[in-house]
Amino acid sequence: MQPIHLAWVDYSILLAYVVFILGIGWALARYMKSSGDFLTSSRSIPTWVTGLAFIAANLGALELVGMAACGAQYGIATAHFYWVGAIPAMVFLAVFMMPFYYGSKARSAPEYLKMRFDERVRWVNAFAFAVMTLATSGISMNVLAILLHLLLGWKYSWSLWICSVVVVVYIFKGGLTSAIYTEVLQFFLIVLGFAPVVWLGLQDVGGWGALKSRLAGVAQHPAALALSEKTFRPDAWTSAWKPLLAGPAHNPMGVDVFAMVFGLGFVLSFGYWCTNYLVVQRAMAAKNMTAARNTPLVAAIPKMLFPAIVILPGLIAVALATLPSKDYRIPPPIISDASYAKAVDAVQSANPAHMDAGIQAVSDALGAKVYQDKVSTLISANAQHPETKEQIKTALYGSVAENDYDAIIPSLVAKFCPHGLLALALLALFASFMSGMAGNITAFNTIWTYDLYQSFRRNVLDRPRAATLIRPDGGTEDITVAYKDLSDTHYLWMGKGVTIAGTLLSIGCAYYFSHYNNAMNALQLVFAFVNAPIFATYFLGMFWKRTTGTGAFLGLIGGILTSVFFHALTLAQGDLPGIKGGYIHVVKVLPSEMAQNFWMAIFAFTGCFILTVAISLATARTKTDEELKGLVYSLTPKIKDHEKHFFLRPAVLGTILIIACVILNIIFW
Amino acid sequence: MGLDLRWPIGLMFTFFGALLIIYGAATNSSPMYELSLGKNINLIWGGVLLVFGVLMLFGAMRGSKKHPPPA
Repeated sequence: MQPIHLAWVDYSILLAYVVFILGIGWALARYMKSSGDFLTSSRSIPTWVTGLAFIAANLGALELVGMAACGAQYGIATAHFYWVGAIPAMVFLAVFMMPFYYGSKARSAPEYLKMRFDERVRWVNAFAFAVMTLATSGISMNVLAILLHLLLGWKYSWSLWICSVVVVVYIFKGGLTSAIYTEVLQFFLIVLGFAPVVWLGLQDVGGWGALKSRLAGVAQHPAALALSEKTFRPDAWTSAWKPLLAGPAHNPMGVDVFAMVFGLGFVLSFGYWCTNYLVVQRAMAAKNMTAARNTPLVAAIPKMLFPAIVILPGLIAVALATLPSKDYRIPPPIISDASYAKAVDAVQSANPAHMDAGIQAVSDALGAKVYQDKVSTLISANAQHPETKEQIKTALYGSVAENDYDAIIPSLVAKFCPHGLLALALLALFASFMSGMAGNITAFNTIWTYDLYQSFRRNVLDRPRAATLIRPDGGTEDITVAYKDLSDTHYLWMGKGVTIAGTLLSIGCAYYFSHYNNAMNALQLVFAFVNAPIFATYFLGMFWKRTTGTGAFLGLIGGILTSVFFHALTLAQGDLPGIKGGYIHVVKVLPSEMAQNFWMAIFAFTGCFILTVAISLATARTKTDEELKGLVYSLTPKIKDHEKHFFLRPAVLGTILIIACVILNIIFW
Repeated sequence: MGLDLRWPIGLMFTFFGALLIIYGAATNSSPMYELSLGKNINLIWGGVLLVFGVLMLFGAMRGSKKHPPPA
């Protein structure tokens, strides 16, 4: 892909966007009077704003490019992440869990765990989340900076620092409210920026019917596009359920229906949408209980329709790649100019009489697999009529038999966007990155300030302690020095300071990951270990009053260890033992890495659940029913919704959303 | 918190829409529209953004009338 140069209209649009989002930060700065205002918005935001921010915070650059990448590799089955995973989880959060998050007046999800159990469980969740959210921000920044370099030729550091500075300025001025408001703006930018690209792509392919027909051909011979070495039934890319029900060997994801529904649909999705403070924080900022409960439901409506914006581009890219007249391929991995130059030399010096050696030399020079037929054609053609280096390089670009699926979105933007629309589509990419980064930073600064820093001060540094008072008459008296919290202004400035510190740490992570790709993969693996069991802890905490603090703490640790051991004893087909798993011993080979992830989640959740229940039964409760009121389902008065309009009651709206989700699953059966 | 978000959203998209329409009109015969399958996508999508922006502003104005700022 040749870098695109922007026109004055593009720069105008980008600049106007920066002015508007900084303006929002400035307009809100005067309302930031306390740490509560800055870190939690003091529960003041209307439902439609928190609802759209809920979805925008999740829609970071990784999600956007990642979903298109999955759409290309796995087809419409990628929509299971939304229609089987996200929507039911969001409805469950709204109807059953928000009353405890919001009603308990906890300032964060880990703080709920502290109120329900004790500090140990809170610290495990808060520490893991803090590290994860910063590192995820760094990973996202790294991906975006690389994509902008690919698309526009911008220097990596420029993209990283300029985007980060803009985000940190508006968060510093306006706190969580600023992040939430700009996320709503960014939501509209993502939809309105990418929709025309998707529309043009679908038109170019010939419409939905033509798209399905092209993908049917791909499914029967995906190796032609280096998608898979296997062959599948014709509907493997366009049917969400039939290939899944047929078994792991019949769908590109390589999973069975149980792993999909229970692993992804329940454990991973509920674990993310119901407990991840990045999204829950937006609902907790709502102005009242009804608004908080409706936030995930409002978010679920666009979420259900998002496959059209984020997954469909992946399908379109695959279909376009089958049409020679479109001059499009799924972008290959980034290969340096030096490597291309060596490969060009290899083509020019290759002898058609020793074709295999020539092809191997080209592949070695590029450092990638190649389509043998394309390279042999190139070598033969060049031997008869020598071509220019530039022509050979262009042909080699099309001969690389590996795909960089993350580059699909930028490649479609480059293919379909003239100046003007180009800036809008770029803004959609920027917006997705900024909303994700702002979400991560605001979640981090709240978790740090309240769950780690303030909690550490209260329980360790400044905890109440025994002391001896020496009276003026010389006598002594044993007293207890009580804990005296620091002023709220101190915590406000701690929140602001850690906003900058957190951003700098994220930037550091991005630089580190740009050099050590394996570190990025390793970190994401660690997060998978930690995230998998967490829903069991929250679920048992909210719905079983007998769960004890010791049970929850040891159950959570046990769940994490279950993830680690599962990974160490299993491997996906085709992988080698190491970072991919099986490093103790390979007890089970699973059909794919996706299947390995889903089954790991199932085992981790089950391990955490069983251990928590067993240890809770073996340990004494430390909190009375009265102390648990408002924190556990059976001890909390049910919220009465009967005074509200029927269709605005969370349970009713939730049911309607589930039915809509089922209808979508049937349409794409 | 005092700021009706429909104002900045409406203003921004009205600005983008107007800018794309003007640019689209000025570049109507440009070969760059071969990228967008021969359609002047700036004119078309600029119109969509303008309508969206104006609707947002309309909503914000109605909101101001219902809840005027304190004197």
